[in-house]
Amino acid sequence: MDWTLGTIALRALGVGFLMSFVVITGFAYTTLLERKLLARLQGRVGPERAGYIPLPRKGKKERKLLGGVLQPAADAVKLFFKEDRAPDMVDTVIYNIAPMLTVIPAVLILAVIPWAPTLLKSSPYPYFAIAPGLQVGVLFILAVASIAVYGVALAGWASNSKYAILGGIRATAQMISYELALSLTVLPSVMLAGSMNLNDIVVAQEGLWFFLIQPVATLIFIIGVFAELQRAPFDLLEAEQELSSGYNVEYGSMRFGMFFMAEYMKMISFSAIAAVLFFGGYRGPFVDQVPLLGILYLFGKIFLGLCLMIWVRASMPRLRYDQLMNFGWKILLPLAVLNFVVTAIGIVLHSEGILNLPLPG
Amino acid sequence: MGHPIVFLILATVAVFAAIGMLTSRNAVHSALYLVLNFCTVAVFYLVLNAPFISMVQITVYAGAIVVLFLFVIMLLGADQLPKASSNGGLQYILAIFATAGLATALILQLSGFGDGTAKPESALDASPEAIGTLLFQDYVFPFEITSLILLVAMMSLIVFKAQKRKKQDG
Amino acid sequence: MQFVEPTLNLSVILPIIILTFSTLLLMFVDFWVPDERKDITGWLSLFPLGGALTATFFQWDTIKGAFNSSVLQDNFSTYLSILYLITGMLSVLISIGYIRKRGHGRSEYYFLMLFSLVGMMLMGMANDLLIVFLALELLSIPLYIMSGFDRTDLNSEESALKYFLLGAFSSGFLVFGIALIYGAVGSTALPDIAEGIATSGTVGLAGIAMLLVGFMFKVGTVPFHMWTPDVYQGAPTSVTAFMSVGAKVAGFAALMRVLISSMGSMDEKWIPALAVIAAATMIVGNIAALTQTNIKRLLAYSSIAHAGYILMAVTASTKSDDGVGAALFYMMTYMFTNLGAFAAVMAMERFSGNKQLDLDDYKGMGKHNFAFAIVMMLLMFSLTGIPLTGGFVGKFYVFKTALEADLVWLVIIAALTSVVSAFYYMRVVFNMFMFDGEIDMPTVPNALKLVMAVAAIATLVLGVLPADWYTIAQNALMTTGG
Repeated sequence: MDWTLGTIALRALGVGFLMSFVVITGFAYTTLLERKLLARLQGRVGPERAGYIPLPRKGKKERKLLGGVLQPAADAVKLFFKEDRAPDMVDTVIYNIAPMLTVIPAVLILAVIPWAPTLLKSSPYPYFAIAPGLQVGVLFILAVASIAVYGVALAGWASNSKYAILGGIRATAQMISYELALSLTVLPSVMLAGSMNLNDIVVAQEGLWFFLIQPVATLIFIIGVFAELQRAPFDLLEAEQELSSGYNVEYGSMRFGMFFMAEYMKMISFSAIAAVLFFGGYRGPFVDQVPLLGILYLFGKIFLGLCLMIWVRASMPRLRYDQLMNFGWKILLPLAVLNFVVTAIGIVLHSEGILNLPLPG
Repeated sequence: MGHPIVFLILATVAVFAAIGMLTSRNAVHSALYLVLNFCTVAVFYLVLNAPFISMVQITVYAGAIVVLFLFVIMLLGADQLPKASSNGGLQYILAIFATAGLATALILQLSGFGDGTAKPESALDASPEAIGTLLFQDYVFPFEITSLILLVAMMSLIVFKAQKRKKQDG
Repeated sequence: MQFVEPTLNLSVILPIIILTFSTLLLMFVDFWVPDERKDITGWLSLFPLGGALTATFFQWDTIKGAFNSSVLQDNFSTYLSILYLITGMLSVLISIGYIRKRGHGRSEYYFLMLFSLVGMMLMGMANDLLIVFLALELLSIPLYIMSGFDRTDLNSEESALKYFLLGAFSSGFLVFGIALIYGAVGSTALPDIAEGIATSGTVGLAGIAMLLVGFMFKVGTVPFHMWTPDVYQGAPTSVTAFMSVGAKVAGFAALMRVLISSMGSMDEKWIPALAVIAAATMIVGNIAALTQTNIKRLLAYSSIAHAGYILMAVTASTKSDDGVGAALFYMMTYMFTNLGAFAAVMAMERFSGNKQLDLDDYKGMGKHNFAFAIVMMLLMFSLTGIPLTGGFVGKFYVFKTALEADLVWLVIIAALTSVVSAFYYMRVVFNMFMFDGEIDMPTVPNALKLVMAVAAIATLVLGVLPADWYTIAQNALMTTGG
């Protein structure tokens, strides 16, 4: 194949379409995963009626195999067919684009994730991603993550409701506060790999995943991601007891569904980022021989990440607002700065040959 | 710089976003137009082969500064701006004239018909490494001054915040 | 791109390093100073200033550039640094008791002042528009905060807000001007601009115009002076004293460096503009001052008028050899006189309630406190420009240099407005000696007495024996490269 501008664009389009499709399907089943897993963790059964294979048992009720596989589809149908209505006095334009603004960043992040080493021999890029040409993938992630707050904040504002706007304000403050720590923990990986390209970071983790060198950064990153995703225990913006679900309280039908979609897709994309930055990305046994395995490894790591998120949601109580702010500014941020400085010093000492550290390169 | 059509589309969006920001009487709408403008400028940088600046532009301006604007606007409920003052007419006319004059001068100069010699910048290396090298080599002193400015700004905030708390206590 | 370690030449910025780092150290020391005794921090902050001043004295007569010549050390910058540091010391002295009595004895005040001084010193040394802008911000941001330091006072808050908004606005002009010049010339370094500006055409000219607007805002000349009276009146008086001298001198320092060393070839374009601004500033400042009854407001308008006189010397500086020297000498007299005058205002201020100090409050001062009245009279004479005071000599040299530059009409306006200024300055003197009145004067702290004494002596010395001092100012020449 000849790689001209046209074919590169076509390829990007094709890969983009494919991966978006995979992730959108994945999002639907993430909702199911969350409901099932939460139910198990709380000693319940979870959804089991939609689409099961009945296994008859003697003398008892039948056993339901694969209970709930069609639940996401049922949910989607329900959401689509609900009446789409907006309250009076909303800011119509912003009210309508806010849900989209939450979904777009969630999808955009996927553009730079390296899914596998290059699949086609003729490809001009050394890895398989939607936009492999972007050399500043890490910055792209930070940029997109930083504009993700608009959807929630604007949804809260445009709804013209006290609960919604409180949720929106909480979201803004929270995301600004935790983004600093999050960005600072991404940098050690960049410094260790000596590149802002995500594939270079993955390649640099050959043999030694960065979470072993950077345990503190990994921990802070994961906590930061929870805050960035506004999931438990940082889900103050939709605290049911105080705000009756916050920023999305005035939304219904698929518009409401889009907020959910954004949340679960962001879960997937941030799990992927965490895997890329700290857990070796697509790396695993035999991935150099069979590049396709890379996609499987990455999906496996994403799955584990999702399970962790759900597990935390089931076990941790929600923080109080002042606790949230104090934790972010007084503990996470100084710790992230300290970790950053220590890493920088360590790398310099290593490259000067003063200390022999197990670092790549 | 990229394809002329790309440029034209981006330029149109950027200019209309800027005008929309100025004319909108709703502070939140203004802020959003500003974000749109910042994002188009970021794409400009990308087209100019400066991805680092482009991403920083989005992170810093769209992702931090305007978010803070929005935060303040939402917190204060100051979304509706008052009507423009009565002498707005004259101001508008003067502003339009000044802008048109400056734009003409710039266009003439850059297209080579002006009275001065335009200096087209040669293709810049705008990779992260090049920018880092510049910052710590040629511009290390301005860089350090900036850190001092930030320290002062931070201290200033603390001054105001701490005094306010004192007032509430007492 | 290969990283080449830059040649640092740290000796050039040694005073700045000393000032910055000892201020940072002071911030740590301040942790252990109990809240009710923050005066100690005030006294301690004299040490950074003294250290920087000592280092600056050793820099006299050495010319050096650092950081690719983006900062320059020559006699011009050294002279100005000495002025700023003396301003800083006197300002700290007048602030210590004042800040405590107004009930906001927070030590951040001193840190902000010291950092602002760093910015001022950089303004004199900057040889690159980028540094000019950063230095300007470093000097302005602390001033915005300091003018709002008295949070319980609405006037102070108004002052801070006005200063901040207009200051940010004018910074915008400055940056836009820098951007246009960069677009036209392809560099922000002053030597490069000097090379390319002549052929840069309309865009370069627009850039210069924007740059001038930005500077004129900062130094407060007509028609960009509107903020001055409100800000000067509302801010705590010690801050007013500091900024009326420091910010103004720093603004003029950078303006002179930029105009003379990079835009000297364009002087037929900017001399008429500056001359008109100078004339308007002198006229408006002096005439508006006539109707003021509040002493701080009066001094604010007076400082506008003095900006006009300094601007006159700047206007003449490319045509006359003594232009820079005259401006620098004028700044020195203005510094001592104005700081002394504000110290005298502070000595009279009551700390209870919100009462503003009026000219009428000085009635009967001659009988109540003769020494104070004499010092005040001397300072007022110097501000007017009456012989045997520094103000007279300063004005004399400014007029002389303007005549050499063929700006006769400007000199006539300056002379006439000086006569006008006598009316309002003399009103203060008349009020003190010709009228009887109840004087309700608090005991004057020793630090304030010291500052007034220094100011009075300096004014007299500069007035009676100006020759040596003027030679120093004349020697404080600018260089274009290190």
